[in-house]
Amino acid sequence: MKSFLSALLRSRAGLFGFVLVMLFVAGAILAPYLGLASPIRSSLTSRMVAPTWTGLFSPGAHPLGTDELGRDILSRILYGSRTTLLIAAGAVILGGAVGTLLGIVAGYYRGIVDRILMRVVDIQLALPLMLLALLVVAAVGASTQNLVIVLALTSWLRYARIIRGQVLALREREFILSAHAIGAGTWRIMIKHLLPNVMTPVLVIATLELARIIIMDAALSFLGLGVQPPSPSWGRMLADGRVYITTAWWIVTFPGLAILLTVLSVNLLGDWLRDYFDPKLRTAR
Amino acid sequence: MTRYLMTKLIEAFIAIWGVVTIVFFVSRILGDPAVLLVPVGAGQQEIDNLRAALGLDRPLLEQYFQSLLSMLKGDFGISFQHTRPALDVVLERMPATASLAGLALLFGTLIGVAAGAIAALMRGTVAELIVMVAALLGQATPTFWLGIMLILLFSVELGLLPTGGSGTWLHYILPGLTLSVFVSASIARLLRSSLLDIMREDYVRTARAKGLMPRTVFFWHIARNALIPVVTMIGIIAGELLGGSVVIETVFAWPGVGRVIVQGIQAQDFPVIQAGVTLVAAIFVFVNLLVDLLYGVLDPRIRRG
Amino acid sequence: MAPLLDIRNLTVVFDTPAGTVHAVNDVSYTIEEGETLGIVGESGSGKSVHALSMVGLIARPPGRIVSGEVYFKGRDLLKLSQRELFDLRGKEIGFVFQDPMTSLNPVLTVERQIAEPLRRHFNLSKSQARERVVELLELVGIPNARERIGQYPHEFSGGMRQRVMIAIGISCNPKLLIADEATTALDVTVQAQILDLVRDLKKKIGTTVIWITHDMGVVAGLADTIQVMYGGRIMERGPVDTVFEDPRSAYTWGLLKSLPHGGKRGTTRLYQIPGNPPNLINEPIGDPFAPRNTFATERCLRETPPLQQVEGSVPGHKAAVWYDLREELKKQEAKV
Repeated sequence: MKSFLSALLRSRAGLFGFVLVMLFVAGAILAPYLGLASPIRSSLTSRMVAPTWTGLFSPGAHPLGTDELGRDILSRILYGSRTTLLIAAGAVILGGAVGTLLGIVAGYYRGIVDRILMRVVDIQLALPLMLLALLVVAAVGASTQNLVIVLALTSWLRYARIIRGQVLALREREFILSAHAIGAGTWRIMIKHLLPNVMTPVLVIATLELARIIIMDAALSFLGLGVQPPSPSWGRMLADGRVYITTAWWIVTFPGLAILLTVLSVNLLGDWLRDYFDPKLRTAR
Repeated sequence: MTRYLMTKLIEAFIAIWGVVTIVFFVSRILGDPAVLLVPVGAGQQEIDNLRAALGLDRPLLEQYFQSLLSMLKGDFGISFQHTRPALDVVLERMPATASLAGLALLFGTLIGVAAGAIAALMRGTVAELIVMVAALLGQATPTFWLGIMLILLFSVELGLLPTGGSGTWLHYILPGLTLSVFVSASIARLLRSSLLDIMREDYVRTARAKGLMPRTVFFWHIARNALIPVVTMIGIIAGELLGGSVVIETVFAWPGVGRVIVQGIQAQDFPVIQAGVTLVAAIFVFVNLLVDLLYGVLDPRIRRG
Repeated sequence: MAPLLDIRNLTVVFDTPAGTVHAVNDVSYTIEEGETLGIVGESGSGKSVHALSMVGLIARPPGRIVSGEVYFKGRDLLKLSQRELFDLRGKEIGFVFQDPMTSLNPVLTVERQIAEPLRRHFNLSKSQARERVVELLELVGIPNARERIGQYPHEFSGGMRQRVMIAIGISCNPKLLIADEATTALDVTVQAQILDLVRDLKKKIGTTVIWITHDMGVVAGLADTIQVMYGGRIMERGPVDTVFEDPRSAYTWGLLKSLPHGGKRGTTRLYQIPGNPPNLINEPIGDPFAPRNTFATERCLRETPPLQQVEGSVPGHKAAVWYDLREELKKQEAKV
């Protein structure tokens, strides 16, 4: 842990990513306590107010301007990050758990189980992930819960493929063979021996997947298939603000910047984690 | 090599069949198109009549096998919205999508390969830093937002280029540029790290010990090996471009397959959804088949299977 | 006659974030034409680095040649231009590297990899090169050479790959062949076959060989002269038989003691040299082996002993010591 932290401190890019991610998480958690304007209530008197930095801390300030309904954009971005991070984290955890489990099972049992699973992965890979997500969300409806499931559905195969490969190699190693020899049960071997040994790649994939899922979530809500109004979401803000691009550039600019910075910071952190733990994962996708 | 090709072809067919199946069943959950298609205020009788006419009243499995059979004959049914063959509706839009994705893939790969090579060869210089920062930003930027920002700059502020639509080559510039940024960022980062890894390989030292000229060492021993993961990446990117077409075509009002699919989903137009998604998946599978074959040519180790 | 290779005061360092690593310290030696020199040492002894650095095969930076001259056939290699080095490598000096799995390019055919130096240095046509490749593969003992040239390294066994590496090394009939841990990655039987092949090839083509290894046993059966290196310095050097029989450096003595001897199996435990390899980041002062040497004197720690002719031994037997190992061993025996 100590060497991990000192390595993190030495890597400028990794540290930058880490600090930024922490800032976003803190912003999302603390949003209700920051004394921001309501992200939902519209105010027809202050529609499309340009960003102003004078009187920043007065109650009526709009540092990033307001949108076409007079809602404060900063507030909507911060509240939007709550939904985004909640959905993305949920999808990463669900997809990671399912993918890791299936990867371990396929790698451990091999044979027919493995072949069926890999065929399913191949079939799903034939369908571009965005199309899959679009289709399924349209079919089951865009609730928070459904979005988590759909995004996890686009994500599990990354884990399954890489973890399967790792387990195939691990199961020939002495400690697994000896666990067999002393008669340890299958589940015990999988949970106690295999799982801890694949946690590092799982963590690395999860971080990189988090970035991909945040973008995909934004893209879905850009197409009107994200969390439904009035809940603020970054993608929706972009879609709505696009109409006013000629008159109010800020409506569409800042939510996009928020996505960019979030994804950038998660990517930086993920790249650093990968290089720190396992550079070989770089080309394994 | 023939066996390798056969296996890959069979796998491709199974994959497309799987996609068709997924799309069929998922799209049936979308809702009842008959309800949307009848005039406002029509009775249950009219809805039932329409359902019967569209074949939607028969058991789901029967519909499934029926549509599989028809699809083999190239018949994806009649579009509910356009009242003509769904495949025609989709095929008409195909050139727009394919030319845009192809253009982006071509230019993006060229720029990405050049940038990645510069970054690796000029390790530790300002050039490497610039390339890497640009690539990191390019990878983190959502394409749809980048598209909007480019419209804001070039169309709204400078008035140089059209905001959307198609027709002239000018219309290709902004969507093409948007997608190329994404493509080249991914490729530049991968190629750089791949090159740096290969440069440390023992066989590169062997090549230098033979007295080969640096150019020969670079192209035949370093680049030749470093390109192998890049080829895989191009397959993945092709999928992202095809899938991403639903978003980018919406941003630029580009008359392609992606927009037809989005419109089909909004109108619950099963035949169009089915034809569109199947076609996109077929193209993607075909691209990946090419990638696999190219991979086999580049890397003799996997040719045997 | 002038020696084929004459290395004078070669010093090589690596500039790393942790500090300057002193990899090769003031190494000087010569090798005569036709001689086989076995260089022995553990990793970090400078045995590989000094050989790679003299033909420009270490990465610079971080590597840096601080000083020295390396005369090969009368020319100082360290003063050659890049272009002259390209012309020299592979043609005048051939290399055979460790681990043929990673030292051969996985995506090029064996034919191409052996033909490369031939086509580069002799401008052979493709078909001329092919004939020579077949000839070479037969020479290194690969059966069905003509059928196998189109194959890739992964289609060869480990021993066969090492033979391919040797074919590459000798392809241009180099004056000097440098083999760096060439048999380390192989199992013992295959290793013996490769050593037989090298002895056989030496008889046939008479190349001068520098054989770099960590294994005293390999050198015993192959080399005329042995040179023991430690901490970037030469500790001892001389005719193989003399050094094996009468080592004067405590390090050589330790290496010999840790060799298993046939016949006496199981009777004694193998000797292990105490301590750890030196940290080369420190400025090299004194005898690098002194901290691990039970016979070391105060002087060994302060002052670096020069490599000098051993008094009363055969000419060419040199050691870098301040102590007299024979006296020390006698004293030790007396105590027991």
